[in-house]
Amino acid sequence: MLKLVSFAATVLIFSASSIANAQSAADDIAKYREMLADGNPSELYEGAGEELWSKPAGPKAKSLETCDLGLGPGVVDGAFAQLPRYFKDTDRVQDLDSRLVTCMVEIQGVDLNSIMADEFGKGHKKDLEAIVAYVVTHSKGMKINPPMSHPKEKAFYALGQKAFFYRGGPMDFACATCHGSDDKRIRMQDLANISAGGGAQLAWGTWPAYRVSSGEFWTMQRRLADCFRQQRFPAPKFTSDVTIALSVYMAANAKGGIVQTPGLKR
Amino acid sequence: MKSLYIKITITLIGVASFQISKAQDSDLKKMMNSSFVSVGIASLDRLVQDENQLACSSLKNGQLNIDSKLQSRIEKNNLKSIVYPSDGNYFGKWSEGEKIAQSGKGATWSDKNEDVNGGSCYNCHQLDKKEIAYGNIGPSLYNYGKLRGNSEAVVKYTWAKLYNAKAFNACSAMPRFGHFKLLTENQIRDLMALLLDPQSPVNQ
Repeated sequence: MLKLVSFAATVLIFSASSIANAQSAADDIAKYREMLADGNPSELYEGAGEELWSKPAGPKAKSLETCDLGLGPGVVDGAFAQLPRYFKDTDRVQDLDSRLVTCMVEIQGVDLNSIMADEFGKGHKKDLEAIVAYVVTHSKGMKINPPMSHPKEKAFYALGQKAFFYRGGPMDFACATCHGSDDKRIRMQDLANISAGGGAQLAWGTWPAYRVSSGEFWTMQRRLADCFRQQRFPAPKFTSDVTIALSVYMAANAKGGIVQTPGLKR
Repeated sequence: MKSLYIKITITLIGVASFQISKAQDSDLKKMMNSSFVSVGIASLDRLVQDENQLACSSLKNGQLNIDSKLQSRIEKNNLKSIVYPSDGNYFGKWSEGEKIAQSGKGATWSDKNEDVNGGSCYNCHQLDKKEIAYGNIGPSLYNYGKLRGNSEAVVKYTWAKLYNAKAFNACSAMPRFGHFKLLTENQIRDLMALLLDPQSPVNQ
């Protein structure tokens, strides 16, 4: 009996110490993030993006200063906080990446297919990502407030919700498998519960972000593509409907949260 | 009653800011089919759902909702399809099992068919207590064998769970490692040893 009690006590001590270890590792990660937050390398992208926004470029040698991100031509302040939204001229619900593609094609005359063909971090996409960094910085501290009033915005929310719970592939994964409940982790990585307000505010509010592990600035389009890779799905096309619908689902769930982008991620 | 009222209020707040329109399944299908492209081994046929995946994606008022009769039919079918080791040998080496548990490789568009898959076990489970970087989507498996012993029933159940976790819970988050050939029979033997061998670090 005594032996059993002492065994149980040993197990208790061991599990307590492993919890303490896990806790201190999580604290270390938090400290590391704090250290980096002072000099978020996103600032480099933001600076480049500001230049790209106002510099004439493309076959038409025009700047993007007349680009309408939803609040009127050339309005950058607060625009990201109210995306994704429906745009009348394209008759589409668009996120920031998708809207910038429209402006680069329509205003600057850049070839749509060549934007689509570029890899993340290269060519036109590299420019577009820098402009994203510039635009999102001008919504920092504002409330997340996608309009959600147009029928197509509502329809995309419903589709995004269905896509979020869509199981498939050789591992049966849906977005919801990892991001559908509170207080879950993969390894040491905390997972946001995107199906609820708090988790969605955290996730949507801190992307786009500089990703330390890849040494690059990632927009939500790139983040979603990597989610689908790890979900063992085929690759989502850049700015495809599923990526926009999921973004509407996230942004609408995050309504009322604070834009903290550009974020800083592992 | 009060708690029911609070629950309803919370649910309403969650979706109160706008009216959600209903998405038709045909619209979803159209969207999924037009949004993806095959890359490497991750081809478009992965979007085609089997009965199990479809049932575990169906929503009612924004929540997963599966009919209980359908659930038990799916579980029975999964259980029936499990292949047990032909030579009756259920155990490999726990040291190899530990390597498989550590590896999260396999089946993404950046992997190749000839690559050796991992089991991604630590992504979701605690196993060897020395490994502190473990996830918590699944329950802790520390002392799995020590707590359960290794009767024939435990051995067969554990094999079946690794082979096809959906035989016991249709909408479990755990992949069907044998069913989809994510792991070989020998790899499953090594994981069996990791879980059940008294010498395995899991049982120390």
